[in-house]
Amino acid sequence: MKRSTRRRLIQGVLYAVFAAVVLFIILSADWGRIQSNFLDPEVAAAAFPEIVTIAAKNTIVYTAIAFVGGMLLGLLLALMKLSPVLPYRWLATGYIELFRGLPALLVIFGFAYAVPIAFGWRPPGGNAGAGLIGLIVVSAAYIAETIRAGIEAVPKGQVEAARSLGMNPAWTMLTVVLPQAFRIITPPLTNELVILIKDTSLLFIAGMAIGDRELTTFARDALTSQANATPLVVAALLYLVITLPLTQLVAKLERHNKRGR
Amino acid sequence: MIPVAHPATGAAAVPAIEIRELHKSFGSNEVLKGIDFHVDQGEVVCVIGPSGSGKSTLLRCVNRLEEPTSGTVMVEGVDITDSETDLDGVRTRIGMVFQQFNLFPHLTVLRNLTLAQQRAKKRGKAEATEIARRNLEKVGLAEKADAFPAQLSGGQQQRVAIARALSMDPDMMLFDEPTSALDPELVGDVLEVMKQLAREGMTMMVVTHEMGFAREVGDRVVFMDGGVVVEQGKPEDVLGDPQHERTRLFLSKVL
Repeated sequence: MKRSTRRRLIQGVLYAVFAAVVLFIILSADWGRIQSNFLDPEVAAAAFPEIVTIAAKNTIVYTAIAFVGGMLLGLLLALMKLSPVLPYRWLATGYIELFRGLPALLVIFGFAYAVPIAFGWRPPGGNAGAGLIGLIVVSAAYIAETIRAGIEAVPKGQVEAARSLGMNPAWTMLTVVLPQAFRIITPPLTNELVILIKDTSLLFIAGMAIGDRELTTFARDALTSQANATPLVVAALLYLVITLPLTQLVAKLERHNKRGR
Repeated sequence: MIPVAHPATGAAAVPAIEIRELHKSFGSNEVLKGIDFHVDQGEVVCVIGPSGSGKSTLLRCVNRLEEPTSGTVMVEGVDITDSETDLDGVRTRIGMVFQQFNLFPHLTVLRNLTLAQQRAKKRGKAEATEIARRNLEKVGLAEKADAFPAQLSGGQQQRVAIARALSMDPDMMLFDEPTSALDPELVGDVLEVMKQLAREGMTMMVVTHEMGFAREVGDRVVFMDGGVVVEQGKPEDVLGDPQHERTRLFLSKVL
């Protein structure tokens, strides 16, 4: 058999398999039941406006709090990891390895329940606030590594130039290194943000008050009360409405960064 | 601490830079093997030598970008290896120009010149800006104040870097192969700025491969090889009538 004939044959088989699978799904699925269970317009309508005004709003608010908190704690950890003081480095490394190695769900659960019991202290914001602390703690571990990589990516000559002008280490870090580091890590940081939006769904484990529910918790409750999965689909679409513009932004920033080099 | 002699008071007895028995090792690799070296106030000293001879390391020890392994480095009579010395303060008096320019790419040219003035010398914004503009004028780049470094040619970037160092009103300038990263046609402008500085009486230590510059501008030429000072003297003597075989060999390759 000629090489080109064989290639065409293989391609034909691949297309045929694809068509067969699609056909099988279309013919064998019960579209009526899918529609009544997942795409019921009445159930969908009943979710509004709360699924936007409460749930989606809370998802965005929690993401913002966790991201800002994660950035501040992450920056502190990154600076500690690069510190000349050995115990700081140990502490930061231990923290990062610990919380990157644990499931976020477990950490959120721990902060929501174990910490109040252990320390007799309830974080502000009820269970949602306690869960958020867990989310901040986890995201800080990832963000710290991103920031550290960004700081190390700034050429050494930049620090030398600043120091040789008589600027002290703190001013050098603040005005020369960090601005360049954050420019370098904007794409991975935006990625962290997108991951964080989805991870707010883990907050349900903290046990949320009615008004504190975010998209996933809200949809799960609606699923239970209505015995219909349509709210999950609505929540999924709302997640995409939030995340898709951001992932597009990441792609754009990455293209921009490539051009800049 | 030894009291600092200010150049304006005429204490010319204190050398701008005085280095004694300087050793520097990177791991097991000894780069400087006991250097005695000095630069008098107002003097222009050009350090030449093959790559790997330790000349850049010597220069970088002067403002302690490299930590000496042993020996003393005195700048205007102040021992900069002493942990009690205000290193940042001493560094504001030593201008440094790098081979790779090292301008801050995220800041405009003007901001490159004002940043350290405000943060290290605690000058006000208006004063810093005025000094910055004067120095940009001096290097012939007044119209580039609002440009970003990436928009400038290599030669222009290096002139901005010189202006940045000058904006701190340093007592001396260190140049680390300032023209080595430049396209040949851009070297002239940078050398011209350096010549002008020399004419104004600036104390300069220049690590360079530009033999023409060393001959024309240098008060003294120091030839280094293998981590030691092999020979030094007036440019016409060292470059025209070298006494050591290693110097002759080097010069035969570069001239």
